Amino acid sequence: MSALPRHVLNTGWILVLPFLVLVVALFLGPIVNILWLSVSEPTPGLGNYAKLFTSDSLGRIIGTTVRICVISTAISVALGYSIAYAMVHAADASRNKMLGLLLMSFWISVLVRTFSWLMLLGRNGVVNNGLEALGIISQPISFMRNELGVLIGMVHYMVPYAVLPILASMQSIDGRVVQASRSLGATGAQTFWRVYLPLTRAGIVAASLLVFIINLGFYVVPAVLGGGKVLMVAEYISVQVLVTLQWGTAAMLAALMLFGVLALLFLMSRFMKLSTVFGGGKA
Amino acid sequence: MKAGLPARFNSGLSWVLLVFLVAPALVAIPVSLTPKRFLSFPTNELSLQYYIKLFSSPEWMSSFWQSAVIAIASTLLATAIGTLCAIGLWRVSSKAGEVVRAILLLPLVIPPIIAAMAFYRLFVPLGLIDSYAGLILAHTVLSAPLVLITVSASLAGFDPRLEQASRNLGASNWTTIRRVIVPGIKPGILAGAVFAFISSWDEIVVTLFLSKFSVYTLPRRMWNGIRENTDPTVAAAAVVLMAVTLVAFTVWALAARRNRTTK
Repeated sequence: MSALPRHVLNTGWILVLPFLVLVVALFLGPIVNILWLSVSEPTPGLGNYAKLFTSDSLGRIIGTTVRICVISTAISVALGYSIAYAMVHAADASRNKMLGLLLMSFWISVLVRTFSWLMLLGRNGVVNNGLEALGIISQPISFMRNELGVLIGMVHYMVPYAVLPILASMQSIDGRVVQASRSLGATGAQTFWRVYLPLTRAGIVAASLLVFIINLGFYVVPAVLGGGKVLMVAEYISVQVLVTLQWGTAAMLAALMLFGVLALLFLMSRFMKLSTVFGGGKA
Repeated sequence: MKAGLPARFNSGLSWVLLVFLVAPALVAIPVSLTPKRFLSFPTNELSLQYYIKLFSSPEWMSSFWQSAVIAIASTLLATAIGTLCAIGLWRVSSKAGEVVRAILLLPLVIPPIIAAMAFYRLFVPLGLIDSYAGLILAHTVLSAPLVLITVSASLAGFDPRLEQASRNLGASNWTTIRRVIVPGIKPGILAGAVFAFISSWDEIVVTLFLSKFSVYTLPRRMWNGIRENTDPTVAAAAVVLMAVTLVAFTVWALAARRNRTTK
């Protein structure tokens, strides 16, 4: 670093400054303030955190959130793995088409998608009417206002996020390893389970953590498709802040969520360079 | 090596999945064309009445323009500070720089609900709730990390000797950035700007907290429409929202392809 002329070093930091100031002043500072609120509102102390152990409803909401997040993550990563595998093994032209579809779905508004699910999954929605017309079901399945609907909406949103880290790890595999395994007599299935899958472990772990993190704070899909029946932490926070004005409880839940997310991010950084995950996503 | 049966099955399945990822969003299109008075699929005839209603409604139109103003303003800001920051971190290229980069990417990974609370608590005493300035600043913070990522990716392929050459030939620091570096990383800047625009244009969670009456963006009004779940105009609005996103996405895809073929 000392080899660089001093002024170059300085001008580098000057360029960073506007963004850094904005993030610290408008984002990190206020978040620290929220953490502070969690131990100072309405009275100083750990009263808000004690509620976790005394309030049944808080326990239930956190339980629901974690359960839905785990299930949604598992399904999204499994589906994402299948798509990533197909993409890596596809010819260039079809891989580009697949990537196009993936990125398109990545950028379609979550609000529009949630609205569409509302139309598809309702009692008289396309799915129920279709299944009835085909004679598969005799009365409508209820998808909405329950965890099934929330899961469908969440998985649908999360699959692209799961694909990208897995894709990155698959692309880094040396194809000769697979050939070596085959030429040594392993069957295709053996090669996949014993050679290929373990080599993509980092991608699977990174994808799972990323998807889990985003699921944890998911607001729109549970609020609309859950219809008040599936209460998850993010929606509960918004009710506490905007309706019942209980900042203490809301701040405590936000603090828990924040520490959870940061811990998972740290864990994720041990498996995969975070820049590959995000760089692959948006670039 | 010829693909085995399981691989071919998986490839077929993946196509189905990918179509499944995009297709449901298109449901808004037929719903928006229904001739009926409630949210439904058209059966016999199609009608444009809800588009007429959308484009002649002062509320929907004001939301549309408000969203556009906020998205464009925050895109310009985010692109400017995100690009400068990426160039700065590229020049610094040190451990401290990487720590700062990680901090600056936090707005992408911290759940929006937490960001919404933080902005809300900060903006109430500042009088920025329900104002353009508040939403523009909030959206800038949330979208500038996208610019940082895309521009950094472009800079990774930019030859630092070009910068040195420019400086050695007597160009000032600012001239070097404007005439040498920025033209070299244009694809990254454009991609960042497009992504920043889409992320502000679609943003709902933070907006739910920061907008009340006078600033009411398109996603905010759609949110109400979805909650009420009766008026098909919301389907027409969804189609318009999606169409704008799609146009931005196409601009980026075409530019990316052109860059790939010229290089």
